Amino acid sequence: MTVQLDKQSKVITGNAAAAYAAMLCRPDVVAAYPITPQSEVVEQLARFHANGVLDCEYVPVEGENSAQNVVCGASMAGGRTFTATSSYGLVYMYDALFNTAGYRAPVVMVNVNREPPGIHAVCSGQQDMISTRDTGWVQLIAESCQEILDTVIQGFRLAEDHDIQLPVMINYDGYYLSYLAESVEIPAIEDVDKYLEVLKSQPQRPRLIPGQSIGCGSHGMGMGYVELRRRHMDAMERVKAKVDDIDASFAESFGRSYGGQVETYRAEDADIVLVTSGSVTGTARTVVDARREAGLKVGLVKLRLFRPFPVQQLSEALKGKKAIGVLDRSIGFGWNCGPIFMETKALASQIGIVPMLSFIDGLANMDITKEHIDTMIDAIYDASQGKDYQETTWLP
Amino acid sequence: MGFIKENEKHIFETEASWSDASEHLLCLDTGDWRTERPVVDQDRCNGCGFCVLYCPPQCMLADGEYFKADLAYCKGCGVCVKECPKQAIKMIPEGEFADDSAIG
Repeated sequence: MTVQLDKQSKVITGNAAAAYAAMLCRPDVVAAYPITPQSEVVEQLARFHANGVLDCEYVPVEGENSAQNVVCGASMAGGRTFTATSSYGLVYMYDALFNTAGYRAPVVMVNVNREPPGIHAVCSGQQDMISTRDTGWVQLIAESCQEILDTVIQGFRLAEDHDIQLPVMINYDGYYLSYLAESVEIPAIEDVDKYLEVLKSQPQRPRLIPGQSIGCGSHGMGMGYVELRRRHMDAMERVKAKVDDIDASFAESFGRSYGGQVETYRAEDADIVLVTSGSVTGTARTVVDARREAGLKVGLVKLRLFRPFPVQQLSEALKGKKAIGVLDRSIGFGWNCGPIFMETKALASQIGIVPMLSFIDGLANMDITKEHIDTMIDAIYDASQGKDYQETTWLP
Repeated sequence: MGFIKENEKHIFETEASWSDASEHLLCLDTGDWRTERPVVDQDRCNGCGFCVLYCPPQCMLADGEYFKADLAYCKGCGVCVKECPKQAIKMIPEGEFADDSAIG
């Protein structure tokens, strides 16, 4: 199979889009372990490597913990690195996720959302990603195959930026996007080179060099630890504006953009708003259009950046609304609501006290249908009219 | 590369905790954790260097043809005593030394 590296339009799956994007960014080291529904990413990268189009060190590791440690080490040696995982694989590399983030190693990883262990479900759901939210990684969520490809490229630009130096996890729904084939614009490799060229002009990161006695990760006693944690958090805060900038410069180079941290859809003049993330946003847009036709002033806000949480952008999008609903494809144990709902509710001081409703739907591949979205919008509307409402609703 | 210590604060020159091991790896005076110190009997020692290889923080230093522990860092774990094929190293309680200083 010859792989074309010119600009092209191709019908490919979300997994293939992730693999194409990683290949186009010319990583130095790829290490990943296959797991459903991510396996195709690993297979495709292995194929690119075998065909010679992906000139990298390809490490066939024996598990995800090794995968994360290999890319972390390679990144600390100065390399551009990529890995991919899902669910059990993500939690198997849990300790290594902290290492990579703590070392400020700019690894780029795709996590294909799937329910984690416990109730064995080889099914889609965002619980895996949610469970790693405090590891210090940047977390982005993509909605379509095209957005997967574009966000992976943006991910390298973000992770390796000298102001950031953080690992980036790009999440997309397993099954719904991993195996969905749709038309994807694949940019020419020279154009991706050009887009990432700015990184070369930035000061070099410190790196491990054989024979030199430098290291990283020690000296975390007392104030050293506090100092580094503070720096890490400051870098996280810088991510927010950087995501907007990178998305804007991506639009200049490739003609596509996704709104940066959050994307709003008919939200500006809306009375009520639904907050979504990932592939379900497409369904929600269709329902919002239909309800608008019927005269209901409803809008949509898609969360694209989950870590750091886009406090300012999301507050601005939600300010002045009469009621807000948040759709979660995971659950927040201990809060009796969805995790993204819980975090959105924390914006109350910025957006004011209005009815806020948590919808838990789409766990373990349960389809979030148009009817479900209609039910949510009805409930948000009723709450906006001063009716009693239930804070958390499980659908179906 | 490393950090500057200002009173209680560590100011790192890099985003992460990068540092030069030759300057900073042994920056903590772990010697004061020690309750016993390794003492080399040079009459028994054949200079094989096993103690150097096995010492976890690598603080067995050259002492002419023999070896001695760097007492500023040696935690007194006793691995060198266990590994010495000539039984040339003994752990002696800190209290038995006149200097009475764990740092040595």
